Amino acid sequence: MSSVRVLVGTRKGAFVLRSDGKREKWDVSGPHFSGWELYHVKGSPADPNRVYASQCSEWFGQVIQRSDDGGKTWYQPGTPPGEVTAGPGSLPKAASNKFIYDVSAETGAPLTTHQFYDGNQHPWEFKRVWHLEPSLSDPDTVYAGVEDAALFRSTDGGKNWHELAGVRGHGTGPQWQPGAGGMCLHTITLDPSDPQRMFIAISAAGAFRTDDGGKSWKPINRGLRSQYIPDPNAEVGHCVHHVAMHPARPNVLFMQKHWDVMRSDNAGEEWREISGNLPTDFGFVIDVHAHEPETIYVVPIKSDGEHFVHEGKLRVYRSRSGGNEWEALTKGLPQENCYVNVLRDAMAVDSLEKCGVYFGTTGGQVYASADAGDSWAPIVRDLPAVLSVEVQTLA
Amino acid sequence: MIRVIIPAHLRTLARVEGEVRVEVEGVATQRAVLDALEERYPMLRGTIRDHVTQKRRPFVRFFACERDLSHEAPDARLPDAVIAGTEPFLIVGAIAGG
Repeated sequence: MSSVRVLVGTRKGAFVLRSDGKREKWDVSGPHFSGWELYHVKGSPADPNRVYASQCSEWFGQVIQRSDDGGKTWYQPGTPPGEVTAGPGSLPKAASNKFIYDVSAETGAPLTTHQFYDGNQHPWEFKRVWHLEPSLSDPDTVYAGVEDAALFRSTDGGKNWHELAGVRGHGTGPQWQPGAGGMCLHTITLDPSDPQRMFIAISAAGAFRTDDGGKSWKPINRGLRSQYIPDPNAEVGHCVHHVAMHPARPNVLFMQKHWDVMRSDNAGEEWREISGNLPTDFGFVIDVHAHEPETIYVVPIKSDGEHFVHEGKLRVYRSRSGGNEWEALTKGLPQENCYVNVLRDAMAVDSLEKCGVYFGTTGGQVYASADAGDSWAPIVRDLPAVLSVEVQTLA
Repeated sequence: MIRVIIPAHLRTLARVEGEVRVEVEGVATQRAVLDALEERYPMLRGTIRDHVTQKRRPFVRFFACERDLSHEAPDARLPDAVIAGTEPFLIVGAIAGG
C-alpha cells in the first residue's frame, strides 16, 4: 500500500511525519538536529531513501545532513556514520558545508559585490542554504540555493559543492538587493522534460532560467509589476517569493510574488496577473495539484507589514481554472484569532490518487488535506515555527 | 594534551560527550588548537571559524582561565595552565539572539 512521508524543517529542528495512504494516523519522529534551524529538508525523486537537509545556526554556520534510510539516521556527507576521525590517507572530509563563491576568470564570474540596503556595493558573503533541490534522476546530484544569492551543485551526494557561477555572472548581479529575509536564492525548479532547463528565483532580484544546464542564465521577469521599482519594465529587482510548476506542463509557471499572484504560459517569457478575487494577493507559498495542472493553491497573507493571515482566518485559496477565480478552503482550519504565516517552502502536495496537500505555519502547526484541500486536519499542532514542508509519496 | 570544551550543539555534531583532548605540536596557540580539533573532528570545520578566512565566527567566543581570549591573536601562546592541561580551553556559543 502506498504511504507518505512529510519532511518538516523548523526553527529548532527537523521532523519526519509518516502515514499510510489514508493519511489519517501519523507517526511523528524528531526533533532531528534539535536546536538548529532547518531551512529545508527534501528527498530525492530518484531514491526516496536519500534525503538532504540544510541545518544552520547563527552561531555555528551551515551544516549539510544526509540520510540514506528515509530520515531515520543522518550524517554529514563525507563523514560516514560512526566514523569521527580522518584516518591517514583518507579523503578530505567536512567539505559538505564549504560553499565558496566562484570568482575565477575561467567561469566569467568575477562578481564580488551586489547592491546593499544603503545603496552601496557590498561583498557577497555566504550565510546559509535556503533550498536543496535533488536531481530528478541522480540521487547524488543536488542543487543548493544559498544566501547571499547563488546556486551550487553537488554531484557526489553532498560531499563537495561547486557554484554554477553563471547565475551571478550573467550581468544583473550588481543590481540585486536583499529582501527583508536577506538576499536569498530560495526556489529551484527542475524541468522534467528537459534536463538542461531549470528555473530559480531570488529575493529581491526575480526569476531566472537556464536552457543549458546552468551555464548561462537569463532574467524572466517581463510582466511583473512591483510598485517599489520606478521602472515598470525593470528586468530585475522583483521580490519573487515562490514559483511552482506541474511536471506535465513545464512551460506553465505559477508565481507568488511579494504582492501579486502571476502566471506564465511560456516558461517565464511573459507573466500575467491571476490574483483575481483573492482577498489579498500578498503571500509566500504557491503549489499545483498533483493531477490537475490548472488547480493551484495559495495562502493569502494580510500584507507585507503584517505577516499573518487575513482577518484572523487561516484560509487556503484554490483555483481550479489556473488562476483568477479562487475559492476559500476553510474546513478544519481555524477561522478566528489566527495570526500565523505560511513561509515560501512550507507547502507541498503528494501524488496519491486523491491528491494530498500539506502546509506548515509559523505557529508550529502542520495541516494535511487528503482530499485536495476540501477538508483539513492538523498532523501536529505545536512544533517550532515551520520553515519548510516537503512530501514524499512512497510505493 | 590540551583540554577543549566545545558547545553542546558541536558535541552533537562531533558525536562526543564531555570535554575533548587534542595533541598540539610546537607552540600551543588558538590556531594550533583549532587546527588539531578540526583534524580530529573534521565535521567541525566551518562551524567555529570561517572555512576560507579562518576568522572566528561572530557568535563564537574563546575563554580560558577566566579570561576572554576571543580577541587574542590566533598565533598568541595560550595560558600556561591550558598548555599544562590543568585548565580547559573553552569554545562558547555567545549569549545572543534571545
